Amino acid sequence: MLRAINQKIQQRPRLFEAGLVVAIALLILFAAPAILTAVGQEFRVNMLGRFLALAIVALGIDLIWGYTGILSLGHGLFFTLGGYALAMYLKLQLPEGELPEFFTLYGVTELPWFWKPFYSFPFALAATVFVPMLIATLLGYLVFRNRIRGVYFSILTQAALIVFFNFFNSQQKLINGTNGLKTDTTKIFDMYVGSDDVQRVLYILSVVFLILAYCLSRWLTSGRLGRLLIAIRDDESRVRFSGYDPTGFKVLVFAVSAGLAGIAGALYAAQSGGISPKTMDIAFSIEMVIWVAVGGRASLVGAVLGAILVNFSKSILSEQFPQVWLFFLGGLFLTVVTVLPDGFVGWIRTTGVEQVRSRLGRRRLLTYPSLSEDPEVEYERQNLRN
Amino acid sequence: MTALLDGLFDGISIGSVLLLAALGLAIVFGLMGVINMAHGELMMMGAYTTFVVQNLFKPLGAPWFGLYIIVALVAAFIVTAIMGLILERGVIRYLYGRPLETLLATWGVSLILQQFVRSVSWMLVIGLSLFCILFFGAMSFLSRRPNFQRIRSWALVILLPLSTGIAWNVATFIGDVYKLPVTKPWFGAQNVDVTAPGWLRGGLKLGTSQIPYTRLFILGLTIVCILGVYTFLHRSAWGLRIRAVTQNREMSACLGIPTQTVDALTFAIGSGLAGIAGCAVSFLGSVGPNTGQNYIVDTFMVVVVGGVGKLVGSIVAALAIGIANYVIGTNALGPLVASVPFLSDFFAFFANASMAKVMVFALIISFLQFKPAGMFPQKGRTVDA
Repeated sequence: MLRAINQKIQQRPRLFEAGLVVAIALLILFAAPAILTAVGQEFRVNMLGRFLALAIVALGIDLIWGYTGILSLGHGLFFTLGGYALAMYLKLQLPEGELPEFFTLYGVTELPWFWKPFYSFPFALAATVFVPMLIATLLGYLVFRNRIRGVYFSILTQAALIVFFNFFNSQQKLINGTNGLKTDTTKIFDMYVGSDDVQRVLYILSVVFLILAYCLSRWLTSGRLGRLLIAIRDDESRVRFSGYDPTGFKVLVFAVSAGLAGIAGALYAAQSGGISPKTMDIAFSIEMVIWVAVGGRASLVGAVLGAILVNFSKSILSEQFPQVWLFFLGGLFLTVVTVLPDGFVGWIRTTGVEQVRSRLGRRRLLTYPSLSEDPEVEYERQNLRN
Repeated sequence: MTALLDGLFDGISIGSVLLLAALGLAIVFGLMGVINMAHGELMMMGAYTTFVVQNLFKPLGAPWFGLYIIVALVAAFIVTAIMGLILERGVIRYLYGRPLETLLATWGVSLILQQFVRSVSWMLVIGLSLFCILFFGAMSFLSRRPNFQRIRSWALVILLPLSTGIAWNVATFIGDVYKLPVTKPWFGAQNVDVTAPGWLRGGLKLGTSQIPYTRLFILGLTIVCILGVYTFLHRSAWGLRIRAVTQNREMSACLGIPTQTVDALTFAIGSGLAGIAGCAVSFLGSVGPNTGQNYIVDTFMVVVVGGVGKLVGSIVAALAIGIANYVIGTNALGPLVASVPFLSDFFAFFANASMAKVMVFALIISFLQFKPAGMFPQKGRTVDA
């Protein structure tokens, strides 16, 4: 009896959630471009598309930081690698025997060996996901194996970011160094990437991949793996004493989140007209963390919301007053960390509703706590309406 | 032989800058487990203090101008130490035991400091001081009321926007009336240059090579700082307390050591050392809002490799990283393996400043495979060590 009730209670929010996700996705797909065009802000559609891509990274960071408690400050690296993988494919869509134009600038006559596989579309698509995953696995394994964690891990990821930034910046002959790869004048399936049609498709693709990423993260975090991840976050030594080896799980999550970042990077690069080592800036990677922190750690909706909201406020604020943005961002870091440690969604979930109610003078009487956790009482409350 | 000596000296001088920058960071990290991302920005503030002191001394003429550097060192130490104290009392003490959050919060502080240096002007200063007077004045006035705890959150909600609004409007009004004299940024976004005093220009001739005096000065400064920190930690009462808290916070608290004061003091000293490092760095190149960022990752690496809470670790790590950077960056190993084309190509590929960092990072990662807790790990029986 109890078990049946439990299942019923569990199923309901899940169906509700699925409905909500589909509804929001449809809204973003069809309503948002129409509304933005109607108010004369058409350029914001492309912006929204890019921010949706950034929301995918935020999901990845939420997986590794919110659920597993490992703060990576180097996700810009995986993001950029994904972007480069796609951009390299786009750059090679040229007539037979021709090289991308920047090679001739530096007097390179033969295509470097690692460019050659990128002639093939499937390889490039696979590379956007698997190259970041590979590097994350390698780095993660070497670091987690030695139980290096906490601040040490964050610093090491940041150092890895700097290292790759230096590498990409200094290799003019191999990947066009500081200038990066421009993609909006390249062709994909005989259409210009910068054209409206392709951009519309990319917008839809961003929504689709965001939903897929959401489902993947939801699946990873809801089952036994999710519980294990939270256990690692809360007390890793105890997990180890219980007979698990956390290393593998941590590497897995790190790799998955790197893969998500790679996909996001590819979508972002195609929509913003190119990719350059700029996205491997330290600041950008730390900003990614703040999206998650603002929206709410350990809440997938929060990560997505945070990414979109913070980025929109960034673009609006820096259009209006360019100087204020850095002050604002710094203030955001401080407030979120000190006042709202669980982010916006976390605040609503825990105390927010009650706080607003009591501010309005409508304090709810607190019942006996175990009563409201009792599944039978909950069942009656929901189904018998009293 | 000269080439080798040259290389060694260059490595040591890079290492000494790193060490100076990392010293404060290492002490703070060892004591409180706090990685201070704003450390680089504190260095930057030290560098700007040097710039200001230099400009104050310029009108005094030749004999006095040479001495500005000593005043600058003291001023940089004091300014950044006060800054660190404010930071610790205002933000970090609420975040003890949450290292990752502290990292983010101090990163926020570093962003604010960077933009502050870019856009600080009389207008901004007037606005900020007005806000502080209004807000904190009103709060301290209200705090005398017996029911302060109850109305506290309401007071915050009302006073914060009110004082922000007043300060903002007054500042913009002043800006409109007096125009450029008050709105012009003091430093601006461009880099500024600090000129070394006359007795630091030129260099020491050593055979065919020349060692610049500024580098020697920084080397000497580093040695003085290390000796100072060592004597402070090992010969003074507060040093003893700091070491006690580093080893076991709870036990020290039980024995009557005021851990909060110790934290604040250590943070102030660590920040002051950042200021001195900034002063030194300002002789090596021009000073800009991004000065701090250029050093921050390298200094973190020193702390990671050196291990927590050990002065010796920081010294050895800084020198090792400095020398490794130099040796790889100038391809000093290339000629030795010239007979093996593969190896010499390999070293030639990494032979510039940015590629040397790639190699050094790889070396650090592989080093951590053998010594995960750094060169000189804390001894103890903790599970999480």
